[in-house]
Amino acid sequence: MIHIGLIHYLIVSSILFCLGIFGVITRKNAIMVLMGIELILNSANINFVAFARYGNFGNSGQLTALFVIILAAAEAAIAMAIVLNIYKMFSTINVDEIDTLKD
Amino acid sequence: MTVYDIIFYLFALITVGSAFFVVTLRNILHSAFFLLFALFGIAGLYVLLSADFIAVVQLVVYVGGILVVLIFGVMLTNKITHVQIKSGTLQIIPAAIGTLVLGFALIKIFLTTNWKTVQLSAESSSVQGLGILLVNQYSVVFELLGILLLIALIGAASMARR
Amino acid sequence: MTESVLIKIALVTLFLPLIGFIVTLLFGKRIKWLYWFENSILIITFLLAFVLAYFKLAYFTDQTIISEFQWINLGNVPILKTFTIELGIMLDNITVLMIFVVTLVSLVVHLFSVDYMKGDKRYNRYFAYLGIFTFSMLGIVLTDNLLMIYIFWELVGISSYLLIGFWYEKKTASNAAKKAFLVNRIGDIGMFLGILILFTTYNTFSFDKIFYQVSIGNLPFGTELGLTIAGILLFCGAIGKSAQFPLHVWLPDAMEGPTPVSALIHAATMVAAGVYFMIRIFPILSGDALLVIATIGAISAFIPATIAVTQNDIKKVLAYSTISQLGYMIMAIGVGAYTFAFFHLITHAFFKAALFLGSGSVIHSMHHEQDMRKMGGLRKKMPLTYVTFLIASLALSGIPLTSGFLSKDGILAGTFAFGSLTGNWWFAASGFLVAFLTAFYMFRAIILTFHGKPKNKEKYEHAKESSFLMAMPLVVLSLLSLFFWYSLNPFNPEGGKLLSSWVKPPEISVPQNARYDFMKTETEKVNEANLTEEITYSPAYTNALRTAHYPTLFTSASLALLGILFAFLIYQWKFIDPDELANKFKPAYKLSFNKWYFDEIYYATFVAGTLALSRAIAFFDNKFVDGIVNGSAFVTVKLSAFTGKFDSIVVDGFVNMTAYLSGLTGLFFRRFQTGKVQSYLMFVIFSIIILLYIFK
Repeated sequence: MIHIGLIHYLIVSSILFCLGIFGVITRKNAIMVLMGIELILNSANINFVAFARYGNFGNSGQLTALFVIILAAAEAAIAMAIVLNIYKMFSTINVDEIDTLKD
Repeated sequence: MTVYDIIFYLFALITVGSAFFVVTLRNILHSAFFLLFALFGIAGLYVLLSADFIAVVQLVVYVGGILVVLIFGVMLTNKITHVQIKSGTLQIIPAAIGTLVLGFALIKIFLTTNWKTVQLSAESSSVQGLGILLVNQYSVVFELLGILLLIALIGAASMARR
Repeated sequence: MTESVLIKIALVTLFLPLIGFIVTLLFGKRIKWLYWFENSILIITFLLAFVLAYFKLAYFTDQTIISEFQWINLGNVPILKTFTIELGIMLDNITVLMIFVVTLVSLVVHLFSVDYMKGDKRYNRYFAYLGIFTFSMLGIVLTDNLLMIYIFWELVGISSYLLIGFWYEKKTASNAAKKAFLVNRIGDIGMFLGILILFTTYNTFSFDKIFYQVSIGNLPFGTELGLTIAGILLFCGAIGKSAQFPLHVWLPDAMEGPTPVSALIHAATMVAAGVYFMIRIFPILSGDALLVIATIGAISAFIPATIAVTQNDIKKVLAYSTISQLGYMIMAIGVGAYTFAFFHLITHAFFKAALFLGSGSVIHSMHHEQDMRKMGGLRKKMPLTYVTFLIASLALSGIPLTSGFLSKDGILAGTFAFGSLTGNWWFAASGFLVAFLTAFYMFRAIILTFHGKPKNKEKYEHAKESSFLMAMPLVVLSLLSLFFWYSLNPFNPEGGKLLSSWVKPPEISVPQNARYDFMKTETEKVNEANLTEEITYSPAYTNALRTAHYPTLFTSASLALLGILFAFLIYQWKFIDPDELANKFKPAYKLSFNKWYFDEIYYATFVAGTLALSRAIAFFDNKFVDGIVNGSAFVTVKLSAFTGKFDSIVVDGFVNMTAYLSGLTGLFFRRFQTGKVQSYLMFVIFSIIILLYIFK
C-alpha cells in the first residue's frame, strides 16, 4: 500500500467533480443544480489546497481556495435571488420547464 | 497503514459517499443534509492537508452560511407555495455515461502525469503565513472581494425584493 | 530625483485628467460643485508638469528618458516574424516643454470657463470634456511610439468633436463638429497608411528603433522613395489635424464651439499636435518629403492670411490667422528650421490663446455678439481686455519686444537661409508677405473692436470688464507673450536657454543622398584630442542663418509696422474708405471674402462630381449596356428554351434534393436546440471527452 500522497487527493477531487457535473445535468430543481455547482467548486478547492501542500507554491494555493469560498458565498446569494425571481416569473423552479432560450 | 491513511480514507469515504447521495436522492431536504456531510468531509481533508484555516472557513462559510441559504431557498419555494418537495431527474443514462467516461479520463490523466512534489517537513499552522500574504501581496484582491461581497449582498437583496 | 521618479511623475500627470474626466462625467449631473474637482485636478497636473519640466531641464538636460513595457506578444506571426507591441513614454526636452505649455493653457482655459460658461445646462459635462481633451493631448506629447500617438490622435479628435458640437442644439454647431471629424479622417487615413508602412518594414512602432533602422540604411521598399512616401503619408495626419491646405476648411467652422474651447483646442494645443508630430518624426523626413511639407506650409500660411483680411466675425479672423501661423510652423519644418518651428509653436500657443480668450471676454460682455462691425469703442469699457489683446496682437504681428517677434524672425531667417543656399526664394517671399498681412488684419480687428465709436449703443451700454477669473488668464497669457521669458536679448532668439541649450536639432537618420544638401552630416573636430562630433547642419547653413538674421529682422519688423500703419490709415483715420477699396479690387475682395470658394469648390467637385459621375454611368447604362442587353435577349430566348428543358429535369432534381437534405439535417440538428441549459451542458461534456480523446 503506497503512502497517501497528492494523487489520492486528486482522485477524490475528480470523483467529486464528476458527481457535481452529474448533479447539475440531471436534477430538475434549480436548487439541486446549485448544490451540484457547490460540489464542483469544492472539488477545485481540494485541488488548490493539495497542490499548495505538495507543490512548491507557498501559501498561494490556500489563499486561492479561500477566495473561491468567498466567491461561492456571493454566488449562492445571487443564485438564490435569481431562483426566487424565476419562481415569480414562471411559477416553477424546475429548470427543464424553463426553455425560453429556445426561441 | 498509518493513522493518517485511515483518517484520510474515512474522510474521503464520507465526502464521496455523501456527494453521491446529494446528487441521487429525490428529496431536496435530504440532499441538503448530505451536502452538509460532504462539506464536512472536505473540511476534514483540508485539515489533513495542514490547511487548518481553510478548514475552519469551510465550516463557517459553507456549512454555516451557504448551506443555510440553500435550505432557506428550498423552504421558500417549496413549503410556502406547496410545490412538491421531491425533485425529478432527467437524462440520467447519457449523463451517467458521460460523467463516468469524463471521470475515468481525468483520473487517467492524473495518474499518468509526472507530478513534481515537494514534501514539506514542518507541518505548522498556516494562519500566520496566510494573513501576511492577504494584507501584502494580495491586498488589492482582498479589497476587491470585499467590494464584490457588498455588491452581491445589495444585488441579491434588490433582486429578491422586486 | 532619478529617471524612474520622473517617469512616475509623468504617468501621474498623464492620468490625473482622465480621472477628472471620469468622475466629473459620471457624477456631474447630481453634484453641482464638481467642476471645482476638475479644476483642482488641473491645478495639480500643472504643478506636476512644472516640477517635471524643471527637474528634466535642470538635471537631465541632454538625456532622453524612455520607459517601455511589452503590451502584446503574439509570438511568431507569418510575414512579420515575432510580433510584439510595446507601449511606453519618452521624456526629452521637447516633451517636457510641450507638457508645460499644454497644462498651463489648459489650466487657464479651465479657470476662464468657470465664469464664461456659467449658467449652461451641461456645465459639468463641459469640464469633463476639457479633462478628456487634456488627457489625450498629454498622451500625444508623452508617447514614444507611433501606435500610441495614433490612439491619442483619435482621442483628441473625438474630444474636439464633442467640444465643437457642445451646443448641439444649434444645427450649425453639430454640422461643424461632423465636418471637423470627417475632414480629419481623410488626413488620418494617410497617417495610418504611413504608420503601417513603417510597421511592416521595421516590425516596431517605437520612434527610436525606427530611427535607428533608417540610419543603418534599412528603408521601406528598399528605396529612398519609400521613405519619402512614408513621410508624406504621415504628414497627411498633420495636414488634417493642423488644418493645413487643402484640409483647412474645418477649422473656421469649428469656431461654433464655446470660445474657451477654441482657445485651448483650435488655437493653442490640438492643432499644434500636427506640428509636434512632424517635429517628432523629423529625423526620418527625407529632402523630397520636406520640400512637399514646406510647399503645403507656405500655401497654408498665405491663403488664410488673405482670407482673414476681409472677415467680419472676430473668431473667424482668429481662426484663419491660426491656420496661417500653423502654416508658418509647417513651412519652418519643411525648410529645416526645426528649432524655430518648435519655438513658434510655444510662443504661438500663448499669444493665440490670449487672443481667443480676449475675444471670448469681448463676446461674453457683448452678449454673444461676434460681428466686429457691431462692436467698437470697447477700449474704455474693458481696458484690461484691451491691453492684453493688444500685447498678444503685437506678438502675433511680430513687433519687437514680443515673443512672437523672436520666433517669427527665426522662421523667416530659416526660409531666407534656405533661399540663399538652394536658390528657392518662394518660401521666404511668402513668409514676408504673410507677416505684412498678419499685422494688417490683426490691427483691423483691434480697431474695429476696441477703437472708434460704438456701433450698437444698447449692447455697448451693457458691456463691462470681465470678472477676476476671466481677466487673470488674459494677464498670465499676455505676460507670457513678452520676450524676456525666452531670451534676454529681444533681438536674438538664441539669447535664452530655450534655444541655446534645451532644444537642439536631432540627429538625422535619412541616408545622406536623400537629404537637403546643407543637412548632410559632417564630422567636425572639437578639440585637439581628435574627438569629433556629428553636426546636423553644415557650416554653410549656420553661416547663411547668421547672415540672414539682420536683414530678416529689419524687413519683417518694418513690414509688420507697415501693415499696422495701413490698418490705422484705413480703419482709424479713414484716409482710405474700405468700401471704396473693396469696390476697386472687387474680384480680389470677393475671392477673399468668400474664403477662396473652398467650400464651394469642394461641393462642386466632390459632391457634384459624384452626382455627375453617376449621371454619366446612367447614360452609359441606358445606351450601351441596354443595347447589348437587347441584342443578347434574342439569343437568350432561344437558349432558354433549351435550358428550360434541362432545368426542369436535372437542375430541379438537384435543387429539390438539396432542399430535402437540408430539411433532413435541420430536423436532426433542431433536436439539439432544446433551450434547456442542462442539455447544452451535456453537449459540452461530450465535446470535452472527444477533445480529450483527440489530443490525448
